[in-house]
Amino acid sequence: MSHSVAAPPSGAAAIPAVEIPTVDLRELAPWALFIGLLSVLVVFFVSTDQGAVSLFAGTAIHEWVHDGRHLLGYPCH
Amino acid sequence: MNARTFLVRGLLAGLIAGIVAFGVAYTVGEPPIDTAIGLEEAAAAEAPAEPAADEAHTHAEGDAVHTHAAADTEEGHTHSHGDEEEGGITRTTQKTWGLATATIAIGVALGGIIALIAAAVAGRLGRLTVVGSTALVTALGFVAYALVPFLKYPAAPPAVGSGDTIGSRTAYYFAFALISIVAMVATVFLGRWLAAARGAWTGVVGAGVAYVIVVTVAALAMPTVNELGDFPADVLWEFRISSVLSLAALWGALGVALTWLLGRVDTTAKAVA
Repeated sequence: MSHSVAAPPSGAAAIPAVEIPTVDLRELAPWALFIGLLSVLVVFFVSTDQGAVSLFAGTAIHEWVHDGRHLLGYPCH
Repeated sequence: MNARTFLVRGLLAGLIAGIVAFGVAYTVGEPPIDTAIGLEEAAAAEAPAEPAADEAHTHAEGDAVHTHAAADTEEGHTHSHGDEEEGGITRTTQKTWGLATATIAIGVALGGIIALIAAAVAGRLGRLTVVGSTALVTALGFVAYALVPFLKYPAAPPAVGSGDTIGSRTAYYFAFALISIVAMVATVFLGRWLAAARGAWTGVVGAGVAYVIVVTVAALAMPTVNELGDFPADVLWEFRISSVLSLAALWGALGVALTWLLGRVDTTAKAVA
């Protein structure tokens, strides 16, 4: 974050620096953790639940997302 | 620009991408799925010896107890064509609301992750602008999590794949996808370091070659899955092409929408400043 614009790596020095915004990684970390976990859960339920692994009994989730699971390339059954 | 700037736009772009992917998947993907299910039903009706007996067996069992994983998947098989079971999810529902749920859920999930990765790398990849680095992140995400896993473990249509091997096939798929993603993240760090030390060409080419080597070695080392049997090649081709098109539509629309939304922020910020 600190070295990106103020001190460009060698070779970039000749080009006038354009202000490119950066995001503080400490600010980003909790968002990344939360959204990362949430997304993994979503991907799990769409791709795998009631297939290879079952968190919930039954087949309702499997059947509901059945076509998407096939077409998005996940092993379905 | 802060985390929220990226995340809100990523989720919105993911929603758009999910809708676009649904359109493509429904248009090009559903015809071969219908054909494959037709073949599955025909095979089950024709040869009652093994598969049908098995299905009838799990069917009876499935209604009573939903415990055994294999019974569940086999039940899923019968369920695809029979509409009578819990929820009564019909083929029509599967190919409309069901398919849309899957593509939109995956689209929003990927949109959120990609946006936060784009936020992390913005201003940190050479002299790439926010739009440029975001486009790169989406493109590399497509390669790492869609294209490369597909090349090793391509999507299988209904009627292909045994219920007995779903566990190992799923494990292989996600293990390979994980290797690909980790390799891609490492590749970006490597490329960034190489570009700083030896120039952009060396950075990009060196990192690209390193990624290809890692995933090639992993692909060669990992087991091959082939349970096609006598499934017709033309239907398989049509299905797999439609699968790649759906994934490309998902990632492509995500990249286009997210860069467009972020580009609008970018220019407004410049105009104000």
